[in-house]
Amino acid sequence: MASYIIVGMIGVLLLGFWKLQVIDADKYTSMAERNRVREIPVIAPRGRMLDRDGRVLVDNRPSFSVLLLRDDPALVEKYLPGIADGIGIPLEDLKDQLSNTKNLPKFQPIIIKPEASDADIAFIESHRSDIPVLEMISVSRRRYLPNGFLAHAVGYVGEVSEQQIESSNGKLRMGDFAGKFGLERQYNDILIGTDGKRRVIVNSVGKEVGRLSTQEAIPGKQIQLTIDYDLQQVAEQSLGARPGAVVALDPRTGEVLAMASHPSMDANDFAVRISAEDWNKLNESTEHPLMNRAIQAQLAPGSVFKIVTATAMLEDKVPPESFTTFCPGYGTFYGRQFKCWVYYAKTGATSHGVTNLHEAILKSCDVFFYNVGMRLGIDRLSFYGSKFGIGHKTGIDLPSEEPGLMPSAEWVERVYHRKWYPGETISVSTGQGAVTTTPLQLARMIGGIATGGVFKQPHLLKDAPNVGEERFPISESTVEKITDAMYGVVNESGGTGGQLRLAGIEFSGKSGTAQVIGYDTRARFGKQKQFEDNAWFVGYAPRRNPDIVVSVLVQESGKHGGEAAGPVVRDIIKAYYDKKAKKTQGQYTADYKGDDAGKGATAAAIVAPRVALRQENASAVAPARATPQR
Amino acid sequence: MKDAPGTRDYDWWLLAILAAICALGVIEIYSATHGSSLAGMHMKQIRWLAIGFVLMFALSRLDYHLILDQAPILYLVGLSALVAVLLVGHTHFGAKRWIQIPAIGELVQVSELVKLIIIIVLARFFAEVRSDQLDLRDLIKAALLVGIPLVLILKQPDLGTALVLMPMLVVGAFLAGLQWQHAAVFSLAGILLVGAVFYPPVSRRILKPYQRDRITSFLHPEDDAKGSGYQLLQSKIAVGSGGFWGKGFGNGSQNQLGYIPVRYSDFIMSAWAEEQGFKGVLLALGLYMALLLRLVQNAQRAKDRAGMFLVMGVAAALGFHVLVNVAMVIGAMPVTGIPLPLMSYGGSATLFVFLAIGLVMNVRLRRFVN
Repeated sequence: MASYIIVGMIGVLLLGFWKLQVIDADKYTSMAERNRVREIPVIAPRGRMLDRDGRVLVDNRPSFSVLLLRDDPALVEKYLPGIADGIGIPLEDLKDQLSNTKNLPKFQPIIIKPEASDADIAFIESHRSDIPVLEMISVSRRRYLPNGFLAHAVGYVGEVSEQQIESSNGKLRMGDFAGKFGLERQYNDILIGTDGKRRVIVNSVGKEVGRLSTQEAIPGKQIQLTIDYDLQQVAEQSLGARPGAVVALDPRTGEVLAMASHPSMDANDFAVRISAEDWNKLNESTEHPLMNRAIQAQLAPGSVFKIVTATAMLEDKVPPESFTTFCPGYGTFYGRQFKCWVYYAKTGATSHGVTNLHEAILKSCDVFFYNVGMRLGIDRLSFYGSKFGIGHKTGIDLPSEEPGLMPSAEWVERVYHRKWYPGETISVSTGQGAVTTTPLQLARMIGGIATGGVFKQPHLLKDAPNVGEERFPISESTVEKITDAMYGVVNESGGTGGQLRLAGIEFSGKSGTAQVIGYDTRARFGKQKQFEDNAWFVGYAPRRNPDIVVSVLVQESGKHGGEAAGPVVRDIIKAYYDKKAKKTQGQYTADYKGDDAGKGATAAAIVAPRVALRQENASAVAPARATPQR
Repeated sequence: MKDAPGTRDYDWWLLAILAAICALGVIEIYSATHGSSLAGMHMKQIRWLAIGFVLMFALSRLDYHLILDQAPILYLVGLSALVAVLLVGHTHFGAKRWIQIPAIGELVQVSELVKLIIIIVLARFFAEVRSDQLDLRDLIKAALLVGIPLVLILKQPDLGTALVLMPMLVVGAFLAGLQWQHAAVFSLAGILLVGAVFYPPVSRRILKPYQRDRITSFLHPEDDAKGSGYQLLQSKIAVGSGGFWGKGFGNGSQNQLGYIPVRYSDFIMSAWAEEQGFKGVLLALGLYMALLLRLVQNAQRAKDRAGMFLVMGVAAALGFHVLVNVAMVIGAMPVTGIPLPLMSYGGSATLFVFLAIGLVMNVRLRRFVN
């Protein structure tokens, strides 16, 4: 009987094996395969960003992330204190990270330290055999220029949001990095590349022990920007610590040569993983360091708007060109007194006397433009302002651009359901009231008017296809008079930018000093910084068909536009011509010497790439200056 | 002392089967460990096997009647050793099972030796019951003989080894003429006990936490894919993915990559089944069946009742080992920590098997003598 029991027992066991090994073999084979084989993404490095001369503005640096393999919880438990010690993370933090990721599949390792230090790497390498649950992966991190250089235009990357994952058609996964702001976001599709994958064999702890196949990552494409590193440098330094913005454009092409916004942020802080605390600090700061003021600050343009009023007057001949006013320091319209800035001027004079259009632009006389505005009416002002781009996005290749606002009778009707008050026209004619613009819009506008009414779409991508262009032809005589007046602002006596003169360069422009609140209200609130005037200066050179136009905003400076913003414009324009002179003087072969200096800006793009980050020393440049175009 | 039997009287078939099983074990231990930090383990196992063969032959020369005469002393020695383990034993894997032999310095798992002693003690006890029927008093005595060491082993704790004592008692009692009423009562008690183990409110009181985990994970392996249920699942994956033909020597991913828990010891059958497939399992289980049948045959040819009880005790112990271990490997039983005789790596367990076979040889050598 014992024999039968033995045979029966072995028979039953064999049946059990038959079930597993023959009947269910396929099921267990695929389970074993799933155990053994794991797909690991090979992260594609993002494309670099170069300046117009090929100098590196944004690139990548290799880095290591520390991974914790969670396949075997008992092992993780056992080694956790040692790991906490070794790589300097409090044990509590590690435990938190583990419990936060409880719902992820066990085979998915978690990143416990995104940025491994040299000491961490040494620790992991030396404990390879005795701490089996630690692993490193190499990643490439974005490296931006330090101190927030060009930070707002370039933008930053961050871990993708759920929205981005959904809209990417499966291209992005949790934990991937993608552009979040600025050019990083705008050209994310070009920059991002395609991740590869590695099929590897892992052991029961989750450690890689062999490789089956590798699909290489395709690196992202690099993009060349229209930014000129040298001009950007000058823009950043010249604006300095003051809140504000700088935009430099080549109005002939729409290329953005420099773009700065202060206060800035260091995007390198975002390249790894920003702590919630730091993020909130940036986000909630009253100084708004995350805002790109060049395209997002919508502020009253102040007297810069007088160019719109003046152009409208000359084009429509209302009032006629010979129109003059007497400025006693104020004007009374519709029973209300509107002061001219000269009334408050520190120079002692309280009157502009009798002025014509040319003088009114030079001295920025408000009373003259109040009268012109009253005669033109809001419809004409609104028509011209709108044609010059106020209230419309310029279409620059950056996300989150703001349109500004060109008020009109139709607009108050639609938004406030009321009639337009004629008194509002008086404010708008000098760039106060509801009219708001961005620094970029003003650069495009002044550049376009000085070019005779050709408005190129501003852009940051060099050799961009399909650069948009708007044409609003302005008669030659109007352009001549307006540009002569703006030349006078800098170069004639009495001009508001008189101190900005540059020898040998037809530096022209218009200042603006926009009140944040009315003069009377300010008197009540006292001298609080946040109610100080915003200073504007939009300058260009040469006088007509300019090579470069620069718009500068200095916020809450409490100073006049010509004083606070003007020098920044001058520095950039000077640097532009210094550089051009250097090119034509020394660095070209004989073939190039014959070239028209006026093409300097485009020629500069052909220069061979130089070592990045080497600062151009403006003072060391050859003394010869470029000959302005006549 | 009786005349020494000649070498021709050894059970050469039994030895051949034994050697074949040991060879399978060594091959699989090598495959499971050669690429890891445990490399070289197969050589250690060969050393244990060599010692085992020597001890087996030595034990077979000593007349088993002499051994049976010393049963009470052996029993006391066994109990003292168990108590000593609880007092001064070495702790590994959360259990106190080992004691250091002063002269050699090796750690010995005392309960393996106690198994052997219990086989001897029970053989002597049942052999002396000179009636066709086992009455209740004798049955309770036998149960107590087994019960005392069983409780001491449970204390270590070592549920697996403790369980092995049960089939020795059951088989012995049956052969000694167990009455069906008693059998019914004891079966009922056994069923109740097993039921209690699987019934959480009761098991909470009588089982250690790790033992409860094993029970739960056996019943619901998916709930705990990384705990002890993980071990069973990985073992099943290994066995199943081996298919009919197997993945080949050294090619089992579950084995080589360490997914199979203690693949060189308790789960060696899992590694073997993955790499050698169903055909390999057929060979291995065929050899175990042959071994057990050969033991039963030897028992039937024993000269006296005592010899028969001895051999059947060994058969019961080995059969139970094979059943529980292999059933665990295919996920049909919870993890109990019972090794597969002769294939699993382990010194004490291997020596136990060889000494037990030594007793069998001993009985066989003396079947014609008188």
